[in-house]
Amino acid sequence: MDLNSLMLMRHELILTLLILILLVVDIVFTGENKKKVSYIAVGLFAVYTVIGFLPLKEGTLFGGMFETNRMIFTFKNILNIGVLLISLLSINWLNNKSLKHQKIGEFFILLFSSLLGMFFLISSRNFLMLYLSLELSTLPVTALAAYDIYSRKSSEAGIKLILSAALSSGIFLFGISFIYAAGGSLYFHDLVGNIGHSYLSIAGLVMFFAGFAFKISLVPFHFWTADVYEGAPTPVSNYLSVISKSAAVFILMITLFVTFRELIDIWVPMLYGISILTMFIGNFFALRQQNLKRFLAFSSVAQAGFVMMGMLAADKLAVATVIYFMAIYIFSNIGAFGVVQIVSIFSGKENIDDYNGFYRTNPNLALVLMLSLFSLAGIPPIAGFFGKFFLYTSAASKGYYLLVFIAVVNVTISLYYYLLVVRAAFLRRSDNPIPYFKNDVLTRIGLIIVVVSLFLIGLYSPLYDYINSVVNVLNI
Amino acid sequence: MISGISIYEILTVSTIIFFIGIYGFVTRKNLIAMLMSIELILNSAALNFVIFNKYLFPNELGGAIFSIFIIAVAAAETALALAIIINLYRLMMSLKTDDLETMKY
Repeated sequence: MDLNSLMLMRHELILTLLILILLVVDIVFTGENKKKVSYIAVGLFAVYTVIGFLPLKEGTLFGGMFETNRMIFTFKNILNIGVLLISLLSINWLNNKSLKHQKIGEFFILLFSSLLGMFFLISSRNFLMLYLSLELSTLPVTALAAYDIYSRKSSEAGIKLILSAALSSGIFLFGISFIYAAGGSLYFHDLVGNIGHSYLSIAGLVMFFAGFAFKISLVPFHFWTADVYEGAPTPVSNYLSVISKSAAVFILMITLFVTFRELIDIWVPMLYGISILTMFIGNFFALRQQNLKRFLAFSSVAQAGFVMMGMLAADKLAVATVIYFMAIYIFSNIGAFGVVQIVSIFSGKENIDDYNGFYRTNPNLALVLMLSLFSLAGIPPIAGFFGKFFLYTSAASKGYYLLVFIAVVNVTISLYYYLLVVRAAFLRRSDNPIPYFKNDVLTRIGLIIVVVSLFLIGLYSPLYDYINSVVNVLNI
Repeated sequence: MISGISIYEILTVSTIIFFIGIYGFVTRKNLIAMLMSIELILNSAALNFVIFNKYLFPNELGGAIFSIFIIAVAAAETALALAIIINLYRLMMSLKTDDLETMKY
């Protein structure tokens, strides 16, 4: 291995370097200067995001454990942009007086370590690598969920997240051990065509899937989602709902489509049922929520159901549509969570009724909230519609018309509850509305990027063509 | 190969440990006991890897190495969970799950 081949993991190497620099920076700046740490962290990360777009060679490292190609490269850049937006929106919260401790450096170090885990996760081509990177991506987020150590809810979210993550990784490991017994290897490329069609391999597949279903919060395993999203600090909930979920969806899709190709007659009906259950339960629980963070948690559960529907077709089109949908979902959810977070920092209000009259006091924020929610619901001029539309196309191309019909019914239900929030913000009046507040420049930049991309991703078609061309690297 | 013991017997042991862990996780009301149940689940998976490696693929080391990583990561997980539990105990003066629950549907 020489420097040239080592540069295949450029994203990971630079991110590791960035984390190490931040550790030093955190020591150097003390007292009043502590606030500068957050600007340095976000500035470095912005530079790194730009570097990430430079062209990268394709290839494998470490005897085939680590792979990078155009598809993975594209997805890593999407995740980078998402994390950059989340860090931009979280600076305001970190420098706020309401937080009793000043552990700004730790926040970014843990956030970036988790992102590093995600990168190894989507690049991994070996089950050992997959497990280690899954843990590397989960453990820092758990620490972040319990970040506000003086808040009881935050600690409760942390313990719930770590217990369910540990349980899920235990089940996941038990499943992998069965796959190892059935296939005789831990490498994905050795396992293709060698898993066989026995009870052993089916049990392995189901347990493996259950472990990932916890991470993506699919329905029988979604119980932690609402509690953790409500209790954790909002930027962390944002990260969990967006980055963590999309990385897990991506690697689950690759393993199912490529490694578990032989068992396609097992996992397609499984996905079919889980997709329907997830959409319905996510939507019906979202209907009755008053707290906006819980509401967004259940809406993200429902969105995961739509993604599972898109994966049913199990071909290249399905991969392209899911990547495209996840890219759109990242921006829409960051927008919605971002506004909730800003309001929660300034006024401490998180309920839907508190948003009555929001448009009159904060018209810009209300518009961002409306656009993000419309994108999540899938209303035409905004990107979310195109994402959902391609998912339907993907499912319909293999003849799952009934499922597409069920999904459309679910979109209608979801439209109702998204509009409840919009109605509260725009049409209702209130005697005690959320007061006007001025946002700092970085938050504004973050929200502007979100809004612009919500329109751009949907209307600028070369983007979809590009994603459609990069999935050709898959051999399916 | 361990003489006199077939793979089925050891697999039965590891499966029993796994389900004891699941049962304990669901029924226990104490956070430390739940953590112990998770350890059981992880260790049953580690045991499984070693057995499959020893009995089915004796010429390689993939499974045995995997089990070492499982032990290391489980230690990290436990350390983090214990840190959060200590913080919760300072805030709540209790480790019972019923007392801790503030967020409900």
